[in-house]
Amino acid sequence: MDLLADNLPAYLSGFLFTLRLTVISGAIALVVGTVLAAMRVSPVATLRGLAVTYVELLRNTPLTLVFFFLVFVAPQFGVRTPLGFWTAVIALSAYTSAFVCEAVRSGINGVPVGQAEAARAVGLTFGQTLSLVVLPQAVRSVIPPLINVLIALAKNTSVAAGFASVELLASGRRIALANPSDAMLALAGVALFYLVITIPAGLLAGVLERKVAFAR
Amino acid sequence: MSSVLYDEPGPRARRRERIGSVIGAVLIVGVLALAFRYAWDQGLFGADRWDVLYDPPKNQTAEDVWRSMVVIGLGATLRAAAVAAPLALVLGLLLAMWRTTQHRWLRAPATAVIELFRGLPVLLMMLFALLGFGWDAFSSVVFGLTVYNMAIIAEILRAGLASLPKGQTEAAYAIGLSRVQTLLLVQLPQAVRTMLPSLVAQLVVLLKDSSLGFIVGYPELLKAMQNNAQYFGARYYVALFVVGAGIYLVVNISLTRLAVWLQGRSTRTAGTVTVDPTVTPAAPASR
Amino acid sequence: MRTRTAAPIALAAAALLTLTACGGSSDDAASEPEVSDVAAADFPEGSTMAALAESGSITIGTKFDQPLFGLVGPDGTPEGFDVEIGKIIAGALGIAPEDIDWKETISANRESFIESGQVDVVIATYTINDDRKEVVSFAGPYYEAGQSILTLADNEDIQGPDDLAGKKVCTVSGSTPEANLLENFPDTEVVPFGAYSDCLEPLRGGQVDAVSTDNVILAGFAADDPSFEVRGEPFTAEPYGIGLALDDTEFRNWINDVLEASYEDGTWTTAWENTAGSVLPTPEPPAVDRY
Repeated sequence: MDLLADNLPAYLSGFLFTLRLTVISGAIALVVGTVLAAMRVSPVATLRGLAVTYVELLRNTPLTLVFFFLVFVAPQFGVRTPLGFWTAVIALSAYTSAFVCEAVRSGINGVPVGQAEAARAVGLTFGQTLSLVVLPQAVRSVIPPLINVLIALAKNTSVAAGFASVELLASGRRIALANPSDAMLALAGVALFYLVITIPAGLLAGVLERKVAFAR
Repeated sequence: MSSVLYDEPGPRARRRERIGSVIGAVLIVGVLALAFRYAWDQGLFGADRWDVLYDPPKNQTAEDVWRSMVVIGLGATLRAAAVAAPLALVLGLLLAMWRTTQHRWLRAPATAVIELFRGLPVLLMMLFALLGFGWDAFSSVVFGLTVYNMAIIAEILRAGLASLPKGQTEAAYAIGLSRVQTLLLVQLPQAVRTMLPSLVAQLVVLLKDSSLGFIVGYPELLKAMQNNAQYFGARYYVALFVVGAGIYLVVNISLTRLAVWLQGRSTRTAGTVTVDPTVTPAAPASR
Repeated sequence: MRTRTAAPIALAAAALLTLTACGGSSDDAASEPEVSDVAAADFPEGSTMAALAESGSITIGTKFDQPLFGLVGPDGTPEGFDVEIGKIIAGALGIAPEDIDWKETISANRESFIESGQVDVVIATYTINDDRKEVVSFAGPYYEAGQSILTLADNEDIQGPDDLAGKKVCTVSGSTPEANLLENFPDTEVVPFGAYSDCLEPLRGGQVDAVSTDNVILAGFAADDPSFEVRGEPFTAEPYGIGLALDDTEFRNWINDVLEASYEDGTWTTAWENTAGSVLPTPEPPAVDRY
């Protein structure tokens, strides 16, 4: 236990790094993902095609490969992202936005058809129908899956450990390697910090899910 | 689906849309052309960036390069997934059954295991095996993939069981089946069937996660790409990446297609519950 | 021409073996250490050496991405000084180079590979230190390196570790150089990757200011690419050892004997000149540390 206490500052700085990564990438992914979802249901074929291509590509690519591309491949044609935190933010939000898009899209699909029909009947345009009628109702059923997407994001930030970010996992790995005989304990410390994020968020998603289910 | 959100376009709207689409297409082509031009200026299409794929330097043969990627690299990726997937399915099934036990306190350990492993990054589990248990890289990757996906699969199956109409269980009890018989003969077969698309989608996640082996020193596809780039020179990263990413996309999109096809089938035949293969409350967009 | 060296057959005789011809090394890059004609019965019963000689193969962990020490091409053949040392040890067990099973180790998994028995020995630019001695044991050292700094050739601001304050320095997560930077040069911003080769692109692009690890590793990168240059003198001593199971003192002593014999009969020098010696001067072999 001394090991955990002695290295608390290292754990905390890693934990903060992970939190910052999650919050910033999450915010960007929510915005980009919602825009992508709107593109996917829009009347303009090119926009739909663009969004579908993006989502399909990113969803079928391992996150590690996205990092790999940014760190090792993109510099070969002169594109260099600031190493560490911001590279991780770009990779994580690009990847997560594809999943946000899917969650929002299935939420839009979940809104009863009559709502959109009624909106059109009173003469609203596509943009008005989507933003004033459909999306506000979709939000309710979209929130639990979105929380799950964000939980996945919080866990996915660990991939940054392999690409020059000293986040929670990398801090723990450093401690484990410096104390080879106490490696288990050092990693258990990391696990605790992740659970502090993921378990309450998971419970929240569960509660909201049940609420939505009852409200229907 | 999308037609609900806007009117069936009339002649004018159709013209407008067509113009919009054409403008969009022109814009996209323009952006692509600019990107192409930029890449050309960067020398991205020069033979010295690509000859590693057909006539590599340093006295190596193209066959060796392709073999190191497709046979050794992809082989290692698939091997890890092929060992972890059945393990995760079987353990997930057992956990799901355990979790349906009547008594709350008997159920608790299963719930705890599921919640614990769902809440931790796969990479951390791999590190536990690698640094904590002192396992080799392959076993560590398989361990990480297995325990994480076992928990997710248990949740998928639980959602499947919960989605069954109550009448199924009641009917089973009425004809005198025991609880275990009901579970095995009536509930699980239906749950697995309705959840088949989600299960296949989860296998795509598992396959993608095997790339985390790159970080723990398992010589899979990404590592093969990097070792080649290291050996032949960094200028080959683009060519090697195109091949490696292409392999991932082909394998994963094929599996995703399979999931969609299965969903179509199960909707037709089972006809009770349809589940989006990609987003379910139990196993949402993970990796 | 194939360089012939006398085989170290028995432990006692090993150190006394005569020097044999190895003068033609520079034009003979393909020379292989001699495989001695030994049988399991020549080793103490129940020893690791007897078991390995009996099985006729040995599993050696080494780096696959380290120019000059352990580098593997797509055909799967490793080359480098660590690889040659591995062949010398295998040869003394009567195991031919083609019967060696090479496993890739990275800095983070060397201890665990030894502890779990995945490899018989690790020869992977592996620094001997006290923390590691708690979980594995070391034969050797067979080479003494020192931590140094690599920068772009046109960057002359950094000439030593004291110039690293406030600079981004790339190194490998879990390595000795990383620990040293964190402890002794805390103003340095450490950028950790999984392998040193990962550091080269960020250095080339100016995303990090320097790469810091053992001088010989850096020399390999600088030799491959003239846009990099090694700066200043080494500022630590990094004795490279051969990692093996913690309690196998018999095996450790035997490997030390083999190393000393290779110092005596010139195979060590040949191994160096055929690999790292192509860009680095030939050093005196270090005294093995029989702790």
